[in-house]
Amino acid sequence: MTSSAPADVQVRGALRNRLVISLVGGAAVLAILIFLVVRSYAAQIAQQGQDDVLGASVTSILDAAIIRNGVIQIDIPYASFSMLNTPSDDRVFYAVYQDGTPISGYADLPPPLDTNATKNDFRTVTYNGTPVRLATAARVLIGADVRTEVKVSVAQTRDALSGTLNRISRNVALFGAGFFLLATVLSFWATSTTISRLRRLTDSVTRRGPKDLSPVAKPVPVEMAPLVSSLNSLMSRLDQSLHRSEDFIAEAAHRVRTPLATVRSHAEATLHRVEREENRQALRAMMRAIDESSRAAGQLLDHAMITFRADHLELQNLDLVDLVQDLVTRLTPIADMKHIDLRLTGDTSVPVSGDPILLQNALRNLIDNALKYAPSETEISLNVTTASRPTVEIRDQGAGFPTANMADLVSRFSRGENASDTIGSGLGLTIAQDVAAAHGGALVLSNNPKGGACVTLSL
Amino acid sequence: MRNLVTLILCFLPALSSAQDWEDRQFFGTTSPTQTLRVLSSTDTALFEPIIDHFLQSNRDIAVEYLVASTADIDAAFRATPERFDVVISSAMDLQFKLVNDGYAIEIEDLPAPDWAQWRQSLFAFTAEPAAIILNRNAFRGHPIPRTRQELIQAMRARPDIFENRLGTYDVRQSALGYLFATQDARASETYWRLMEVMGSLGLRLYCCSGDMIDDLTRGDLVVAYNVLGSYAAARTENANVLEIILPSEFPTTMMRTAFVAAQTDKPETAASFTRFLVEMQQANSDHASFPLPPLNPAENVDNQSTIALGPALMTYLDTLKKRTFLQEWENAVLQ
Ligand SMILES: Nc1ncnc2c1ncn2[C@@H]1O[C@H](COP(=O)(O)OP(=O)(O)O)[C@@H](O)[C@H]1O
Repeated sequence: MTSSAPADVQVRGALRNRLVISLVGGAAVLAILIFLVVRSYAAQIAQQGQDDVLGASVTSILDAAIIRNGVIQIDIPYASFSMLNTPSDDRVFYAVYQDGTPISGYADLPPPLDTNATKNDFRTVTYNGTPVRLATAARVLIGADVRTEVKVSVAQTRDALSGTLNRISRNVALFGAGFFLLATVLSFWATSTTISRLRRLTDSVTRRGPKDLSPVAKPVPVEMAPLVSSLNSLMSRLDQSLHRSEDFIAEAAHRVRTPLATVRSHAEATLHRVEREENRQALRAMMRAIDESSRAAGQLLDHAMITFRADHLELQNLDLVDLVQDLVTRLTPIADMKHIDLRLTGDTSVPVSGDPILLQNALRNLIDNALKYAPSETEISLNVTTASRPTVEIRDQGAGFPTANMADLVSRFSRGENASDTIGSGLGLTIAQDVAAAHGGALVLSNNPKGGACVTLSL
Repeated sequence: MRNLVTLILCFLPALSSAQDWEDRQFFGTTSPTQTLRVLSSTDTALFEPIIDHFLQSNRDIAVEYLVASTADIDAAFRATPERFDVVISSAMDLQFKLVNDGYAIEIEDLPAPDWAQWRQSLFAFTAEPAAIILNRNAFRGHPIPRTRQELIQAMRARPDIFENRLGTYDVRQSALGYLFATQDARASETYWRLMEVMGSLGLRLYCCSGDMIDDLTRGDLVVAYNVLGSYAAARTENANVLEIILPSEFPTTMMRTAFVAAQTDKPETAASFTRFLVEMQQANSDHASFPLPPLNPAENVDNQSTIALGPALMTYLDTLKKRTFLQEWENAVLQ
């Protein structure tokens, strides 16, 4: 996407990268969090398990304590220690204290804290260089005339516990890594699907014809709706203003042409009545100016019409030869006035699918040009063929296109240097070019090697 | 009575510090690179073929084999743990406690089933049931009792035959005897009834299996209770008078165990000796080269009668518990 971004758009960063980075980063943070939370939770549970067994062991020993003849007797149940069996063969230590003095078991075990709580008290201590979990509980025995406190501590190494924890940690780490991988794959997938919606919109806008300003009709995700709706409204405004300006031109041309025609007929009538040569001269110049204006207005009108119709071509099956023949018939009187011969050559029938009004308009402008720029007593040849595509070739025997800026001649209102004393508005070639483009064809200007201009309109 | 017990307990360390070994033998080359000191409760005769076998593949090593009673082993070893390399004893509880207290090192690469090892440090290599051994002559014309209950009935029926001719371990002296007695007492009340009946008929107390079997063979005893069957079996071959009975209602089986002392200066050799013991019994060696009954995996997997290696073994070693038990025992036996 980034690479295909047009040069005139300022690019900073890519949505895809940002999305992927934030999703993958989020997944990584989440995976680490899962690992830490589950592991600490598992450690808690495992510790709880060991504490439960240690507590039960302590309780069972305490419960067996009795005082007989003032002497403490503890018949430790076999289960008190057998319940401390672990798969890792954890070592077991214990001690029995009477009023704080050890009376049995491991006397060097870390002594119980000085609390008289009867509740189990759990500590992790180091005994003989090994970390052990130590559970202690106390019980007060009341004999005939003595009252004594018995405390029992049971300790166990933490091999099984750490084994369990390591196993859990490994599994959780694997799970976290799997989660992260899956999340990464998913975030790439999610990102590319999200981006693909954008790309599809871009494609559908890019693929449009240059004049297609219709709103985007395909459904888009809700997040893209504001963008698309402002795009649509921009296009409709553009469309409207285009239409309005074309309407305006057409209207303006129309409104100019009618009074011009009236003025011209008045001028012509006056010309017949005036006798003085200088007055007649002035009137002729006036008529020429009027012609020029009305011709320009006509062409402006045509151009506006063509711009509008290009978007809504009314295609018909027609014969290009018939169309050109028709034009030749209509223009022959004008050609005769200049003693120019219009010659139609080429195939007998060239069927095309096109808009007849536009094609007629374009070809008439081209033939007009030839009549305008070719001298009298010459010949204009119209060659209609269908070699690879339907083509009309118009050659005259004039001076040809000015070679200086031939490519610019087709742009609006551009006139060659040979046109200074010829009536024209610089729109004729533009109209022909627009019509050719609207039909998917092209207009090619060239000069005959033997002199004379050659315009090729192909569809 | 309690004073007597205290007296004996006080004397035990004194005895061991004098290094009054029951037997002390050297095996192997006279100019060894290493001398492995093995502290054991097993009679030298039973261990000799095993040591010989071991030395065949370790010709530069000598073995000093020291025999002591189970209780003496514990005391001697705790007193000078750095002087011994391998400790072998039938008193599983004392062995367990030594390992629990951190006197043994782990042998990582010794494959042993879970029930036959603890912390990969204490390894069982024999399974020996406690037996009732009878002198056949006393039962001529009478059915041979197969259970403790039948023995009680037999004694009640003919008290005159049994009077003062009953023997068992003095559990105050013999750690193995104490282990058997406590496990019996744990398993069934029958033990106490048997002790009471035997006590009322006059019970002779022994320190060791060997003496009891001697007296049985001679006819001074007619019944010896809780004797190591393996020792008797070694004698039955020459003395047809002995009948070995494994009480069928609840046999008590002990596993002889070995460990490598944590402070040994030759851990590799000590470990290879221990490994040799375990592997030899696994290999189903013939009786001549391994005269002790090997572990039986089929019987041991979840056989309740075999004393399990686990922290519960420490229960009866507890001072208070031991005091209570011995009191009860004395009340039953010494009437
Ligand atoms: N047949 C031709 N021969 C020579 N020059 C031509 C011919 N047709 C067009 N041109 C040149 O192309 C220019 C643009 O033509 P066009 O767009 O029809 O405007 P115009 O109204 O000036 O004829 C003209 O001004 C002229 O210089």
